[in-house]
Amino acid sequence: MSQPLPSRPHLHRHRLLHAGRPALASALRIARALFISQYALMLEFRAEILLWALSGLLPLLMFSLWSGAPAGAAAGISPQAFARYFLAAFVVRQFTVVWVVYAFEEDNLLGRLSPLLLQPLPLVWRYAAAHLAEQATRLPFVVVMVGLFFWAVPEAVWIPSPHRLLLALLAAHLGFWLNFLLQHAITMLCFWSERASALERFLFMPYLFLSGLIAPLDLFPEAVRRFALLTPFPSMLYLPAQLASGGSIDALAGFRTVAIWLAVLIPLNLWLWRAGVRRYGAMGG
Amino acid sequence: MNPASPIGRYGRSIARFWSSSLAAEMEYQFNLLIEVAATLTTLAGSLFTLSLFFGRGQKLGGWRWEEALVVLGVYTLLNGFASTLLRPNLGNLVKQVQSGSLDFVLLKPMDSQIWLSLRTLSPWGLPELVLGVVLVVVGTIRSGARPDTTALLTGTLMLLAGITILYSLWFVLAATSIWFVKIWNATEVLRSLLAAGQYPVSAYPASLRLVFSTVLPVAFLTTVPAEAILGLASGGSVLTGLVIAGLSLLGSRALWQFALRHYTSASS
Repeated sequence: MSQPLPSRPHLHRHRLLHAGRPALASALRIARALFISQYALMLEFRAEILLWALSGLLPLLMFSLWSGAPAGAAAGISPQAFARYFLAAFVVRQFTVVWVVYAFEEDNLLGRLSPLLLQPLPLVWRYAAAHLAEQATRLPFVVVMVGLFFWAVPEAVWIPSPHRLLLALLAAHLGFWLNFLLQHAITMLCFWSERASALERFLFMPYLFLSGLIAPLDLFPEAVRRFALLTPFPSMLYLPAQLASGGSIDALAGFRTVAIWLAVLIPLNLWLWRAGVRRYGAMGG
Repeated sequence: MNPASPIGRYGRSIARFWSSSLAAEMEYQFNLLIEVAATLTTLAGSLFTLSLFFGRGQKLGGWRWEEALVVLGVYTLLNGFASTLLRPNLGNLVKQVQSGSLDFVLLKPMDSQIWLSLRTLSPWGLPELVLGVVLVVVGTIRSGARPDTTALLTGTLMLLAGITILYSLWFVLAATSIWFVKIWNATEVLRSLLAAGQYPVSAYPASLRLVFSTVLPVAFLTTVPAEAILGLASGGSVLTGLVIAGLSLLGSRALWQFALRHYTSASS
């Protein structure tokens, strides 16, 4: 084309999207199509997803231990408070699970990555949509589990106040993105090593012990608690669970930690992605 | 050993299997470093979690901290056993059903259940096995228990019973892949439920305690062996453990033979 198109500058900036449409509408359309197609795909795997969801029973196991443990009573936390905290933790965990490194590694090893990289859409959005669609698939299961829990432990029934619930939902969703970005950073190492998923364990272990999955952070020794709160892990579980269950929490400090980590992880992921794709091209050529 | 006897034949075959799989795994020595680091971190985390329950001289389900260490040690030991033998072999079983190569295993002049259960040996569970034993010894000594020969023998026997039960649970789950091809995710569920074995079973509420001594015998995997080593096990629980171990092994055998009658290979 010899003629420049000064009247439609967005054509250059968003030349991958449809010309003539406002960029936002186009992006929304793509997001919707991605989500719907991934949701249909996830429904095919609902039996597997049910098993995955069932493997997240640890918070309920910890509840049954803590509600009878003398150490819990000594710390001044009632069995009812434990029940609410760990039920909230169970629900939050269900909607913050991330498996991008495994999906990416499989796509890479099976040679599916090259055609996906050719698509006019950064790959990360496809995986993000798959995760969100999987969360939607888990929703009915989580509702049933919450119902069963309330039936078994009726004294735990509570309705969070609207503003706490909204904050908890926001915190849980931001926690998902934090978790996703952390694992996505490891995923990018797949461009350099065939088995980057082995490193994921070193992300999961601190998550397991520092996020609040095993106990509310209030039960930790002071030094460990302060250290844990510097890491991104409590933002993925303790913060939203505590908000939802009505426990005491410094929400402002919690959201500040989330913001700081997002500010670190987003540029890091962009940089790793660009370096990785350049290397991938070099490997193929 | 008489080379013609079946035990000698099986023994020699298994020795060959294991030495060849060890030789293959030794190609990835860097893995050992990762496994040791991962095992140490997990153990540190588990010890930290356990310590939260023992603030100021508190007990957990009637167990003191040092005694609970023995339970955690047995759990770590069994985890090491699962990583060494169960996960690699029974993971292969599922793959072989999917790809149809199970046919070749069935044609071999060796019992298929033994072949499938013992074909490979992964050295990467070794750090867990070692640390599990260390934890059991440290916990036993620090708790002040001085196990005599009877306690050590009963402890070993109960440990073997626990290993047998764990094996049977895994094998039954893997064997059902004959019907449900994508069963492997179910092992994640099993693993997450067995995590309950990190704590003495008496720490759980009565209803769960019942589940853990019957449907999912977590109690006989870790608590009863630990009790036996510490000299606290009652004759009744030792006997029950042995009966459950025997029944679960027979059950896994019966299920496998039943499954093979339904096996129609991958293509049909």
